[in-house]
Amino acid sequence: MRQLSRRAALAFGAGGAALTIVGWDRPAFAAAKEAADEIAKFTGGKTAAKAKVSIELPEIAENGNTVPLAVSIDAPMTAENYVSEVLVVAEGNPNPGVATFHFSPMSGKAEASTRIRLATTQNIVVVAKTSKGEFFTGQKLVKVTIGGCGG
Amino acid sequence: MAEKPRLKLPKEAKKGDVIEIKTLMPHIMESGQRKDKDGKTIPRKIINKFTAEFNGKPVFSANLDPAIAANPYLQFSAKVEESGTFKFTWTDDDGSVISAEEKITVG
Repeated sequence: MRQLSRRAALAFGAGGAALTIVGWDRPAFAAAKEAADEIAKFTGGKTAAKAKVSIELPEIAENGNTVPLAVSIDAPMTAENYVSEVLVVAEGNPNPGVATFHFSPMSGKAEASTRIRLATTQNIVVVAKTSKGEFFTGQKLVKVTIGGCGG
Repeated sequence: MAEKPRLKLPKEAKKGDVIEIKTLMPHIMESGQRKDKDGKTIPRKIINKFTAEFNGKPVFSANLDPAIAANPYLQFSAKVEESGTFKFTWTDDDGSVISAEEKITVG
């Protein structure tokens, strides 16, 4: 069954010169449960309200090796009440963890952007924690075209 | 890892402004998932932590997993109330830390 899960993606590095071949050696869907476990660990089992979280991702990512991601939480950022942590997990990657962002009142806004790797078409789940212990969540589906960058 | 990080943030701002900071660190971010041509797993080597401080106080930080793309790029905000210095650090799996500083004048 191993060969079924092998994915190869061609990607160009930021300089355009580096050519990399990525082979994932575990079934992509195995991470969905691990992702749920990671979220449960983050929230301490509390339910996160489906609100306040905006996720910007392309609908279709031709190159799964560098997919732009922007996360923003529509919540106050004052010393008394602010978004303290934001967890990003990928349900279909070999490992669900993507990043955890830590904010402070000095962040001004609970917003961050980065570029991520996606092994296959999947949901990206974002969970935000406030300094008052509230949790908010959102998710977005990204279609990943494997080897879609002219490889 | 002789490479230098790239930073983009304003040199000046007004008191209370929320400014945008962009950082990029040249790094392979080896995921630990890839295999070499002999079928051996290439060991993981990534930047696993980024921090941003302003005048010694934490502004933003991130724990990074191998799902962050090569040359980790991070964009975030900071609310500035006084002139001072931003300090950014990137921590590699091998324990090495690269840091960079940038001053801002707040009027």
